[in-house]
Amino acid sequence: MYRNQYDNDVTVWSPQGRIHQIEYAMEAVKQGAATLGIKGKNHSVLVALKRASSDLSSHQKKVIPIDDHAGISIAGLTSDARILSRFMRTECLNHRYIYGSPLSISRLVSSVGDKAQTGTQIMGRRPYGVGLLVAGVDEAGPHIYYICPSSNFYECKCMAIGARSQSARTYLERHKDEFKEVEDLGELIAHALRALRDCLPNDNELTTKNVSVGYVGRDVEFTMKDDEDVEEYLKMIEGDEKKGGSGSADPEQGAEETMETQ
Amino acid sequence: MAGMYTTHMHLPRMVDMKEKVAEFWQEEASLSQPRKHTLQPIVTGTSVLGIKCRDGVVVAADTLGSYGSLARFRDISRLMKVNDSTIIGGFGDYADFQFIMKLLEQQTIDDNVVGDGVYRDAPSIHNWLRCVLYNRRSKMNPLWNTIVVAGRDFAGKPYLGYVDKIGVSFTDKSVATGFGSYIAQPMMRKAMEENPNMSVEEAKRLMERCLKVLFYRDCRSLNRFQIGVVTETESSISDPISAETDWSIGANPSGYE
Repeated sequence: MYRNQYDNDVTVWSPQGRIHQIEYAMEAVKQGAATLGIKGKNHSVLVALKRASSDLSSHQKKVIPIDDHAGISIAGLTSDARILSRFMRTECLNHRYIYGSPLSISRLVSSVGDKAQTGTQIMGRRPYGVGLLVAGVDEAGPHIYYICPSSNFYECKCMAIGARSQSARTYLERHKDEFKEVEDLGELIAHALRALRDCLPNDNELTTKNVSVGYVGRDVEFTMKDDEDVEEYLKMIEGDEKKGGSGSADPEQGAEETMETQ
Repeated sequence: MAGMYTTHMHLPRMVDMKEKVAEFWQEEASLSQPRKHTLQPIVTGTSVLGIKCRDGVVVAADTLGSYGSLARFRDISRLMKVNDSTIIGGFGDYADFQFIMKLLEQQTIDDNVVGDGVYRDAPSIHNWLRCVLYNRRSKMNPLWNTIVVAGRDFAGKPYLGYVDKIGVSFTDKSVATGFGSYIAQPMMRKAMEENPNMSVEEAKRLMERCLKVLFYRDCRSLNRFQIGVVTETESSISDPISAETDWSIGANPSGYE
């Protein structure tokens, strides 16, 4: 039942100097379907693989708009993501009400970080079991942030999280220096979809059903594309060859898919 | 360990308790005095002037704090540099303006402490001030000021705003508060009509001229003033300066017979 005797509560250290509950929460991110984000010259893009819990059910939403200048995609517990996205929307709205201007992305992300931290230190609480990729634009330009259940957050050129995301990271690492020069939104989305495609098992394809796209730019409000609206983007990568083996060496490949993590 | 729970040395005796209760109610009574709200300003500053020009914004105010009609404090600054993009000028109750300056200063410090390079541009500060002033008037306890917000927005465009003690706010090419809205505002509008593409230097000279006329006509003004300038790159407030006056013209104006 127990993996070890130091993982009953977030307030308990292990003798190795680790807090196991936090590490377990970070495992939840790896259970969720893959999602990734890329930052270009003027845009930030999010793409996500959607799962349906059964053949009879619809696909679970993975991309959540926050404000005109920001949106997130999630991997992990959807219900935790809903709490965090509501918090982020409130923060953005309050800032707009008080200052009449959009909240800067770094401030938005650090406020989520502060909120998430309490769950990693207070007895009887738990960390959020969800990883967030935040795409946004502010005075400094486009941003991609990754917020981890440990309440750490990282600003990234690009990032992929979720099940089998190692393959996408490999693609991103290979191309990471090209992205910052990309001015064309379509080209950026094509990169993102090519990376996302590597996260699929061998017998699966990206379809209009299982892909979500979100983007935001200096002069472009955050926009979400689903279903038939992503067709034009899928067409862009139609002929391209799929990169090697869809992450056969990926240790997360065997990750159990549960109903709750998406 | 058992001794820990048996000590009662620090428990107050019954007599002490009665005194404590009496003290409590006395304090409660003093707290339940009628609430005191601002009903009129005490130490006041007069007109603040602001004008947008080709390469920046210029704002000006004299250095007088009046106590009624008495020129009580003759060396107070009514302009405040909020950050490199914004200067505000305060008209009305000086204590309330100091309070507002304190809030803004703390906000700027908090922003700098985070160290992410995020700052408030002039429109943000204008919007924030409107919230604060409107909120206080809604509590029937206004901050008795009209504030001129001069600066630029994130895009670097000049910005000039006005907000008063009940939260009325607007932007314009030139703004003036108090007596200045009768005397200086028409002068500024006329000058802008004649020279729509004014430079900062021309605007500064115009401010001096307006303040001089205000000194002639406004009995709560002083011939000692500061001029603040916000350009594309920085904001600065001058040391106090004076205009050259000529009271011999006093005999000339007509219509007051």
